[in-house]
Amino acid sequence: MRVLRILGQRLRALVRREAVTGEIHDELQHHVDLLAERLEKDGRRPDEARREARRRVGNLGSLQDAGYDVRGGGRLDEVWHDVRYAFRLLQRHPAFALVAVLTLGLGIGATTAIFSVANGILLRPLPYPDADRLAMVWMDNARIGLAEDWHSFPNIQDYRDGSATFDHLAVFNRAGGTLTGVGEPERLTGAHSTANLFDVLGVRPALGRAYTDAENEAGNDAVIVLSHSLWQRSFGGRDDVLDQTIELSGRQRRIIGVMPESFAFPARDTAFWVPTALNENNRVSRNSLWLQAIGRLKADVSVLQAQADLARVNAGILEAFPQQKGYGIYVVGYHDQIVGAVRPAVLVLAGAVAFVLLIACANVANLLLARASTREREVALRSAIGAGRGRIVRQLLTESVVLGSVGGLVGLGLAWLLLRTLIGLAPATLPRLDAIGIDGRLVLFSAAVSMLTGILFGLAPALQTAGVDPGRSLKDGGRGSTGVGGRLRAALVVGEVALAVVLLVGAGLMVRSFQRIQQVDMGFDTTGVLTARVTLAGARYQEAPAVVDFYTSLIERTAADPSIEGAAGIGTVLLSATPNSTNFSIEGRPDFAPDEAVEVPVDSITPNYFAVMRVPLVRGRFFDARDSSAAASVVIINQTMARMFFADEDPVGKRIKYGQLASNAPWMTIVGVVADTRRTGYDAAVRPETYLPHAQSTTGSLQIVVRTTGDPTRAAPALRGAARVLDPLVPLSAVGPLEDELGELTAQRRLNTVLLSVFGVLATLLAAVGIYGVLAYSVQQRTRELGVRLALGASASGILALVLREGLLLSGLGLIIGLAGAVALSRTLTSMLYDVGATDPATYLAIAGLTVGVGLVACGIPAVRALRVDPVVALRGE
Amino acid sequence: MATNSDQLHGTLDMLVLKVLEAGEQHGYGIAVRLQQLSADVLRVEEGSLYPALYRMEQRGWIASTWGVSDNNRRARFYRLTRTGRRQLEAERASWRKLTGAVARVLEA
Repeated sequence: MRVLRILGQRLRALVRREAVTGEIHDELQHHVDLLAERLEKDGRRPDEARREARRRVGNLGSLQDAGYDVRGGGRLDEVWHDVRYAFRLLQRHPAFALVAVLTLGLGIGATTAIFSVANGILLRPLPYPDADRLAMVWMDNARIGLAEDWHSFPNIQDYRDGSATFDHLAVFNRAGGTLTGVGEPERLTGAHSTANLFDVLGVRPALGRAYTDAENEAGNDAVIVLSHSLWQRSFGGRDDVLDQTIELSGRQRRIIGVMPESFAFPARDTAFWVPTALNENNRVSRNSLWLQAIGRLKADVSVLQAQADLARVNAGILEAFPQQKGYGIYVVGYHDQIVGAVRPAVLVLAGAVAFVLLIACANVANLLLARASTREREVALRSAIGAGRGRIVRQLLTESVVLGSVGGLVGLGLAWLLLRTLIGLAPATLPRLDAIGIDGRLVLFSAAVSMLTGILFGLAPALQTAGVDPGRSLKDGGRGSTGVGGRLRAALVVGEVALAVVLLVGAGLMVRSFQRIQQVDMGFDTTGVLTARVTLAGARYQEAPAVVDFYTSLIERTAADPSIEGAAGIGTVLLSATPNSTNFSIEGRPDFAPDEAVEVPVDSITPNYFAVMRVPLVRGRFFDARDSSAAASVVIINQTMARMFFADEDPVGKRIKYGQLASNAPWMTIVGVVADTRRTGYDAAVRPETYLPHAQSTTGSLQIVVRTTGDPTRAAPALRGAARVLDPLVPLSAVGPLEDELGELTAQRRLNTVLLSVFGVLATLLAAVGIYGVLAYSVQQRTRELGVRLALGASASGILALVLREGLLLSGLGLIIGLAGAVALSRTLTSMLYDVGATDPATYLAIAGLTVGVGLVACGIPAVRALRVDPVVALRGE
Repeated sequence: MATNSDQLHGTLDMLVLKVLEAGEQHGYGIAVRLQQLSADVLRVEEGSLYPALYRMEQRGWIASTWGVSDNNRRARFYRLTRTGRRQLEAERASWRKLTGAVARVLEA
């Protein structure tokens, strides 16, 4: 308490100095007055009394000083004085100030921006109460090697009933729907869930209510909860929206609630929530894997404990139902689920930007050290008139902190700009994108970083400057030697180069990795292809023939346009991690054992799909008009499937069926084998896949692909026109070039690579400036020596060699240390690299060459200056 | 063993605290009171009084506020704080111990 009071007192004295000195004066004056009065009363004359009183009270001046020492600003006063002096100095040396402030601004700004990203993604809690209690429960499917697969409903019920670690466990999944009757028909993404989802998440609707358990029954479930944005967009945010009926995918639903604006589960674009329709079938079937699960852990229960607990329950299920073999359990904290994949990248970027900041600090430290020798005189003077070493160091450090703070302000502005750019460039799939922003905490962080960097880069120069022997330097005329300073500067530059090399290697590895990814053959040709999702709903499309007719006509009409090379449709071009899959059996072979059973995705395609996507045919034939709904069932498989199950024979002509041998699915004849396509991404393994003709396996939602020459978006009018002619109420969604969809797969990787490269380049530039600075200074210091050498007949190349040798020594040493550091640190990148080793020699070699080259260029100007030294001037002048 | 000036400081502080124990007072009043109480033996130098007052204020033994004096003048009044009271007791005790010891030595 006392400290605070004293601090307050000092601050007051700082701000209202005259008031405080005035008070002390008044108090002493009061004493003098009273004493004078008393003396008068004792018999003296007034003016004598006054004089005597004055004399007795003593040296008012020194008393006042003593008083001010105790009551005044004290140390704070000194600091404030130093701060004002620092600003004056900066004004007097604008060039230095500009360079230093910009360098610092760059470093601090980039650091603040990246750390604000890291804060938003990794540190900010999710917008749910007690969000650390939320955990996702996945089915660990060993049969297909997928750790995050979906559940069957009976299993979830068993977990719910049997677990001791969850307060609530809810199921949900994404649900699509077409909204009709309110403006334009709109294709929406939403979700279905059990009623207790809102208990798990701890969020209630802002308007109305959520659904109840009773409404989870198929038949009772004709209700819907809207998202805030859907409510605003399609219903004008009206309060009377409750109890209105809307039509979703041809079904009437009553609006019973609207969620708050910030609620976005399971994804940012979730527009509605409907109850999961449980019927007698999916309620008991343990083979339908169609649900995701999220739960709220009991207080004090860890994720690991929950995992063990559910594993125990699962073991019970496996005992009772042996055909569930291979289905395990996997529990992961919800926050980890969301950000786990990007955490390594964010951490790497944070480390990289810290390197950039260190390099910036080193550069500014070098600048200060260079100025140190010119300030020797001033410092010597201060010390001679009584400033202690500590006081001088404090003053110099204050200058650095002021510099750091100004740089920090610039940096804050830069960070704001950078963040806006980053958020704009970030892929929409970046988790917690909405949590990224500059807030009070970040501003404080930035301020702290600025002051710390100020101290960091100012400490060494301050200590070095203050350690100057005043007598010697005053006599010497202010041109003392900089032996120690020179070594320190060289060490700083070597450090800079090393850090820059580490960053460059990291960036180089990422760039190569990205190149490798782009070279991966996806199996189909995505250039020039437009895609759109076309979903049919409503009474008109209840029967399969109507659906098939629509799509066939749509494709024909679209392809009739002369600029269109072809059009086709498929369930989805790119597979999600959990596609619609099923096990199968092969005619003439026994059923697979439960843990050997392989599940294959099933896709409906229009006959010309592979032709439009330019996927080569390996054996047999594509689908064609023969394969109508009345004809025999046929199937096409991919090469991986052929290789896995028909290694020694020709698959064409063989028959397979979905489900086990005893299932009543129809036997399908394999009519063709197509080349593999990478449908889950660049780095995922290719799975065995099956394709069915749309006419025989009809679905009301297809992704249409349209191949055109040139820009795919030019095909959009043709597609839209064809759809409108056939049925103006059918919505098209997700219309865009197919390449964009693929681009989304690598968007995050691309962003990381770009950022890391930017940091690498920035670091290299700063380091180059650092080398230049040291060499330029060195040349200037050695002007006399160079003059002597030139006068004695040294050749131009000799002088050049002298300068270059110093420069190459610095960059070379930095390079070696940097390469060693890169080898050690690049291991952290391995999870982010594709097909490139962390010690890829080609990359290291390239960076080494780049560094030497940059070092040479940085030496260039000082070297040329060294050559231009006029020996006469150098020898004569000072 | 405290140095002479420390001991002097300490003694003055103790005396001032004692004066203030009786009530608020301004600097001049403290000097007058000290003179009175000590039967004119102790006359404080203003040069020592005010630094002492400032020092004790910083240490939290006394607190000061502006007030109006007897003859309607603006003056800075000092008063004893709780910490000051404790300090006074401590100083008293140590003074008694010191003088007692000195007396014993002298009488021996």
